[in-house]
Amino acid sequence: MSVSLETRDLTIRFGGHVAVDRVSCVFRPGELTAIVGPNGAGKTTYFNLISGQLRASAGQVLLDGVDITPESAPLRARRGLGRAFQLTNLFPNLTVAENVRLAVQAARGVHYDMLRPWALRRDLIQRADEILGEVALESKRAHSAAVLSHGDQRKLEVALMIALEPRVFMFDEPTAGMSVDEAPIVLDLIARLKKDASKIIMLVEHKMDVVRSLADRIIVLTNGACVADGDPATVIASPVVQEAYLGIAPKEKAAS
Amino acid sequence: MLLSGNPPRGKLLTALIVLIVAALAFAPFILQGSKPLNVAATICVFALLVASYDVLLGYAGIVSFAHTMFFGIGAYGVAIALYGLGPSWTSILIGLLAALLVAGVLALAIGLFSLRVQTIFFAMVTLAVASAFAVGASQLSWLTGGEDGRTFSTPALLRPGYRLVENGPFGVEINGRTLTYYLVFFGVVFLFLLLLRIVESPFGRVLQAIRENPFRSEALGYRIVVHRTAAVVIGALFAACAGALNAIWLRYTGPDTTLSFSIMLDILVMVVIGGMGTLYGAIVGAAVFVVAQNYLQALMGVAFKAINAAGLPFLAGFFNPDRWLLWLGLLFILSVYFFPTGIVGKLRAETK
Ligand SMILES: Nc1ncnc2c1ncn2[C@@H]1O[C@H](COP(=O)(O)OP(=O)(O)OP(=O)(O)O)[C@@H](O)[C@H]1O
Ligand SMILES: [Mg+2]
Repeated sequence: MSVSLETRDLTIRFGGHVAVDRVSCVFRPGELTAIVGPNGAGKTTYFNLISGQLRASAGQVLLDGVDITPESAPLRARRGLGRAFQLTNLFPNLTVAENVRLAVQAARGVHYDMLRPWALRRDLIQRADEILGEVALESKRAHSAAVLSHGDQRKLEVALMIALEPRVFMFDEPTAGMSVDEAPIVLDLIARLKKDASKIIMLVEHKMDVVRSLADRIIVLTNGACVADGDPATVIASPVVQEAYLGIAPKEKAAS
Repeated sequence: MLLSGNPPRGKLLTALIVLIVAALAFAPFILQGSKPLNVAATICVFALLVASYDVLLGYAGIVSFAHTMFFGIGAYGVAIALYGLGPSWTSILIGLLAALLVAGVLALAIGLFSLRVQTIFFAMVTLAVASAFAVGASQLSWLTGGEDGRTFSTPALLRPGYRLVENGPFGVEINGRTLTYYLVFFGVVFLFLLLLRIVESPFGRVLQAIRENPFRSEALGYRIVVHRTAAVVIGALFAACAGALNAIWLRYTGPDTTLSFSIMLDILVMVVIGGMGTLYGAIVGAAVFVVAQNYLQALMGVAFKAINAAGLPFLAGFFNPDRWLLWLGLLFILSVYFFPTGIVGKLRAETK
C-alpha cells in the first residue's frame, strides 16, 4: 500500500515568533518534493513537526489519513517517517557498523530481544553491511562515529535513515559541507530511491542545481509560511521566489 | 549455549580475568582459614552486584542510588524465609522468588514514574526511596530483626558441620562451607554470563544507543522510557540475586551488610576502578577493591611496625593502620587519574 502524507494548517510558535505558519501541503508517493527557503525560514522546524521532534501549536499531520499529531517521535518513526538530520546526529562512541545496525534493528522491529547475542544475528549484520556499501563506508565500519570526517558523518547520517527503511524520507541538507567527490554518493542514492514509486521523498536543499536535477515539485517557505508550491520550472520562475529566495541563494551556508 | 561472543578483548585483560576467575574457582583449595575464603566469596558477590550496576551506569547511562536497596531485598528475602520457614531449600526458593517479585515491581514503579522526566530526577528519586527503605527495614523489627538483623541457619548441606569428603584434593576437607562457596561461585558465574549476553544482545545495544544519543534513538523508533525502565528492572533483579547469595554465604542479613549507603559508595568506586560499560570491569574492580579493603589495613600494620622499629616514628605515622581509608581514597584518586576508563579500558587500549 502506498503512503500519503498531509499537513493541515501546521503551525508552531516559539514565544511570539511563528516559526512555521499554517502550512498545508499534500505529499504524494513517487514524488520528490524540494523544500527551499532562506536561512531561518522554518524548513527544519517543519520537518521536526512532521516527524514528531516538536509538537505543533496548531494544525495537524496526517499519515495515511490518520491524525498522528498527538503521537511521539518514536511512534511516528515506527509508522514509517524517516529523518536524516541537518546537524549530524549519530551515536558517537559506537562504531560505524553498530550505528547502522541499530537502524536495521529498528527497521526489523527488534527492540527487546535480550537473549540472542548480536554476533548471531547474521541477517541484521548482513543488511547493515549492504547499506554501508551503498554509502561507501565499508572500509570505516570499525571506526567509532566520532572520529569520522565531516563528509563521512553526513553519509552515515543518511545511512541511518536508509537502514530504517521508512516510507517517508526527509533529507535535511544531506550534502551540506560535503566535498565535491562525496556529494554525488548521496545524490545518486536519492536518485535511486526516487525510482521506487511508493515512497515519499522530501529534500531541504540550498543548492539550486541539485534541486533542479532531482525535484518533481518545489515548495518555498519564507518566514514559516508556504509562499509557492508547484512544478520546478514554474516555481523558480515565479516573482515571489526570484525575490524571496533566489535573491540570497548564491550565498552558500557555511555554518550548518 | 550461554556464551555471548563477547570475550574480554585484549591479551592482558584476558590473562587478568582468567587469573582472577581461576583463583576464585580454586579458592577453597588454595586458601587456608575462614577469612580468605570469606574474601573470595565477597569478591564473587560484589562482582555480580557491580556488574548489574554497570548495566545501568555503564550501558544505559542511568545513575541510581537504589542498588543497595535491591541487593538488600534479595538478602532479606532469603533471610526472612529461612528464619521464618526453617532452613530448607524450599525456603530459599520462596525467599528468592518473593524478593525478585518485590525488587522487580519496585524497580518498575520507580522507573516508569521517574524516568519519563530526566535521568537526574531518577537519581534523586532512587536516593529518597532507598533511604526510606533503609529506615523502614530497621523499624519493622518483627520482620527484619531491626538494627540487629537476622541470623539464620541454612539447609543441612550448606552448614559447616556437614562433611562431604574428609580428605579431599590437597588434603583439604570438603564441608558445607565449601559447598556454600561453590553455590555462590557458580551462581555468580551463571548470572554474570547471562548479563554479558544481555548487554551483547540487540536490546543491550539499544541501551548504549540511548546513553549516547536519546534524541536520535527516538527518531529511530526506540521508546527510551521503556528501555531505561527495562534496564532498571534487570539491574534490580540481578542485584537481588547477588543479595540472596550474600545472605546464604553470611547466614546473616542486617542493615550494615546490605542497605547501608557506604556499600552504595563501594559499588560506585568498584565500577569506576574496574571500568564502566565493560562488565568485565566489575570482576576486576571487585577483586581489587575487596582485597584492598581486607588486606590494606593488615599490610599497613606490618609497614607501621617495621618503620617504627627502624626509628622513624614520623614516617611511620603515615602507615598507621587506622589511616587505611585515607590510603584507599588515595588509591582511588590515582586510579581514576591514570586510568580514566578503568583498569579494563586501560588494558584493552594497551593491547589493541
Ligand atoms: N526550539 C526552538 N526554540 C526557539 N526557536 C526556534 C527553535 N527551533 C527553531 N527556532 C527558530 O525558528 C526559526 C526557523 O528555524 P529553522 O531551523 O526551521 O530554519 P531553517 O529554514 O531550517 O534554516 P536553515 O536553512 O538555516 O537550516 C528560526 O528563527 C529559529 O531560530
Ligand atoms: Mg534547517
